[in-house]
Parts: sequence; C-alpha cells; structure tokens
Amino acid sequence: MEKIKKAGTVIVSLTLLVLIWQMVVLTGRYESSLLPSPFKVMEGIGELISDGTLATHFQVSLLRFLTGYLTASVAGIVLGLILGYYGKVWAFIDPIVQVLRPISPIAWFPFIVLWFGIGDLPAVVIIFIAAFYPVLLSTISGVRKVDPTYMKVAQNFGIKQPHLLTKIIFPAAFPMITNGLYMALGSAWVFLVAGEMVGAQSGLGYLIIDARNSIRSDLVLAGIISIGVTGLLLDKTIRLLEDRVQKQWGMSSERVS
Amino acid sequence: MVISVEGISKVYKLKDKSESIALEKVDLSIEEGKFICLLGPSGCGKTTLLNMIAGFDKPSTGAIKINGNEVSQPSTDRIAIFQNFGLLPWRTVIKNVELGLESKGFDKKKRREIAEEYLELVGLSDYKNHHPNQLSGGMQQRIAIARALAVDPEILFMDEPFGSLDAMTRMTMQDEIERIWQEKKKTIIFVTHDIEEAVFLADKIVVMTASPGKVKKIIDVPLARKRNRTSPEFLAIRDKVFREFDLKSVNKIQHNQSQSGLPVQHRASDVLAFQT
Repeated sequence: MEKIKKAGTVIVSLTLLVLIWQMVVLTGRYESSLLPSPFKVMEGIGELISDGTLATHFQVSLLRFLTGYLTASVAGIVLGLILGYYGKVWAFIDPIVQVLRPISPIAWFPFIVLWFGIGDLPAVVIIFIAAFYPVLLSTISGVRKVDPTYMKVAQNFGIKQPHLLTKIIFPAAFPMITNGLYMALGSAWVFLVAGEMVGAQSGLGYLIIDARNSIRSDLVLAGIISIGVTGLLLDKTIRLLEDRVQKQWGMSSERVS
Repeated sequence: MVISVEGISKVYKLKDKSESIALEKVDLSIEEGKFICLLGPSGCGKTTLLNMIAGFDKPSTGAIKINGNEVSQPSTDRIAIFQNFGLLPWRTVIKNVELGLESKGFDKKKRREIAEEYLELVGLSDYKNHHPNQLSGGMQQRIAIARALAVDPEILFMDEPFGSLDAMTRMTMQDEIERIWQEKKKTIIFVTHDIEEAVFLADKIVVMTASPGKVKKIIDVPLARKRNRTSPEFLAIRDKVFREFDLKSVNKIQHNQSQSGLPVQHRASDVLAFQT
C-alpha cells in the first residue's frame, strides 16, 4: 500500500512537470530549437533507441564508469584501511589530500590528455579522481572510529595482522565505507558526462555535444534525460546493495522479542 | 595457578604535566579457581587493576605475575568480558563464538563443534544463526561468555559485565555465571560497584577506595553456594561491606552527598558511584 502510494506520487509529479513543459511550449514564445516539445524529445529518444545510437553510447559510458568507479573504490578502500590504521603516516598525507580534494577533476584535463592520451582513458581517469576521495576519506574516518572494545577483543583473542584488518577493522568500518561508496557514485556519474564532453568521441556526454553540433536540441534533451535516468538507476542499485550487505552484516536492528 | 600482584602503582601523566595516581601500592594474591570481586566506587582504579592483570595496560611500578611469569601482554589464557559485550555485530552468534578459535588453528568442523558446545552451555543453541543485535542484552552477554570460555582460558576477567542490564536480568545473569563458574572451575576476577552482587558471587571481596585508588580491605565471604540474597548471614556480610565504605549510617550518606554535590540516588545504599 505504502509503495503504491509512493509510486502514485512519483507519477503525478513527473506528469505535472511534463504538463508545465508542454504548456510553456504551447505559448509559442520559444521556437522549437530553443525548447523542443516533450513529444519531440520522446520522438528523439525513440530515434536514438531505434537506430542503436543510444545503446552504443550508453554501453561505452557505463563501461568507462564501472572501470573508473570500481578501481577508485578498491584503491580508496585499501589505502584508506592502511592509512587509517597507521595514523602517523596519514598525518603526513592528510594535508596533501586536503589540497588536492577540492580541485575539480576537470581541471586536471590538460594534464590527463598529455599523460594518458585520448580515447577511453581520460574519461576513466576523471571518474577515478571524482570517486577516489570520498571513498578514501570515509574509509579512513571509518577505521578511526572503530569501537576500541573490538580492538581489545581482537588483541585478547590473539588476532594479528593481516586478519586484524580483514576480520575486525574492515567490517567494523563497513557502514562508513558504504556511505563513501554511495557519495562517490553520485560524484563519479556527474564527472563522467563532463569528462566525455571535453575529451571523448563517444559516450552519453559526447552524444549531447554531437547533437548540439548538428543543432538538434531535441536530441540534446533526450541525451540529458537518459543521463538522469541512468544516474537514478545506479543510485537505486547501490542503495539496494548497501541495504542488503548491512542486513547481512547484522547492522539492521529488528529484534527477536 | 596463582596470580600475584606485587606492589603495583599506576600513574597517569596529565596534559598540564601534573600526575594523577590511579592506583597506589596494591598487593594481592589470588588462588586458582576462586571467584574474586573488585568492589569500589568509580575512580578507585578497579578497572585499571583488571586491565593490568589482563595485560592490556602496564603498571608504572611493581609487577604482576601469573604462575611466576610476569604479565606483559594479553593472552587467550586470560579473556576479558566487557560491559558492552564486545560482540561483532556483522557476525552471527555462532561465528562470534568461533572468533577466538580461528587464531588457535582449529579447522572449521572442530570450531563449529566447540562453539556449539559452549552455546549449549549458555542455553542459546536456538539462536546460533541470529545476529547479536537481534537479541536482548542478557542474551548478548551470554554469547560473550560462551565466546570467552570457548578458547578454554584459565582466567576470566569481567568488567562490570551486567552493568547495562536491568535489575531482574542482572540477578538471572548472576545465577548463570555462578553455575558456569562451578561447572567450568575457572578463576574469575569480577569488577563491580554493586555490593549485593559482590556478596552474592565472591569468595573474596577486594574492597577498594578512590583518590588515590587502593585496596582498603579484603573480605572473605564464607557462605555456602547457592547463596540466598535474603538470609541473615548474607545480610550480615552485606552490612560488613557497607561499613567498609562508611555507608552504614544514613546521616553519613547525606553528608557525603552534600560534599560531592550529586543528586540523591534511589539505590544510594547499594551503589557507590556517588562517592567519587
């Protein structure tokens, strides 16, 4: 019942948006190259789907995204566990990270092209940068917030490295880590599109640039909508995974009375 | 096996470079298989003393020896149980009990077998596939006890293990730990600030006082098991302990409280926390 109600709200909200959009178009104050009608955009999406353009670009983008995001996640978690555990080393690296972190990955673009050439790699590197810091920082803070009682228990039961990291610290920090993975996902998806706009010859970002160059504003909007929908689906997927893992970890707290 | 605590002190250096004496010249000898309670108000150093015997912390002066060997680090021969249980929430109940067995090199089948045996001992076999936070506080503490016993230690350290449980559950757990102690014949060192709990459980009560923390007196509790919390003999020993803490006369309690400025507690006569 709750779910049906929620789905109803979503449908009403989206319908309302499209209606307002259509009404603005009907006033006739904007020509269709400035603001295409919903119908035209739908047609554009249909066109992109039927000639396979969307599928091709989508596939390329998703592959880049997963490559960048997953390598950043693994690197962020592994480094985060080590740096979080060895606080003295982190004290030296922390200032560097604080300087590098606020820099938009796009700012690195000139160097990225020089170092990594053209093709898939620049976009992957940009996604990597965008995803890496949230994962790294949340892992470190997760490790530092591990309940000291767990460390005492581990010490008492003779658990030594590397098991201390794998059996105690990693799972104890896991809720914070999933939080970082979740934030990283959003930021990485935003920068995927940005990266493809400045450097790629394929992908959803390129699709938009390409449509603009051929003055097809309906296809520009069609591209934007598919980016939004895909981002939303990715977000929901990782939420689902997060919930599932946390349940397995026993972080949910339904009690047996 | 004998635990001997020889003239130990613990001094903490504070940030302003002054020193705080947590524990001063403590001597103690504990025989194998005994149930010892360290009893005192907060700040008397009972947890500090327990941490040092367990090897989590080192004394500033003096030495702690177990069977003649000086304690320098924690060991699976001596397992500590904490007030907040210290269970790993991402592991199931049985995997929690198996934790200590993993680093002892038992294979998977043997681990499961031992863990099941100890879950049976604490009466929680039916919950082995649950996660700890699905269970009540009393049940969680039983799992912690099963996990500690599974590695077959010589000594159990319990740091206010029932402090977070409600009064009724606490009494059930006191019965339970007494039963397990008699069955498994471990040496237990049990920290508490609850006088009644100490009289119910201990062979010997080590009465400690605060600032600086030291042992004031050691009181033998020669009552037969299982003890009756309302028998005249029980109450007589309880009274004796009350007198050690100057808590016997009502006027004195009020005097103490006005000094410390803390609000009146309902169970003021049983709990020593306000004495700090």
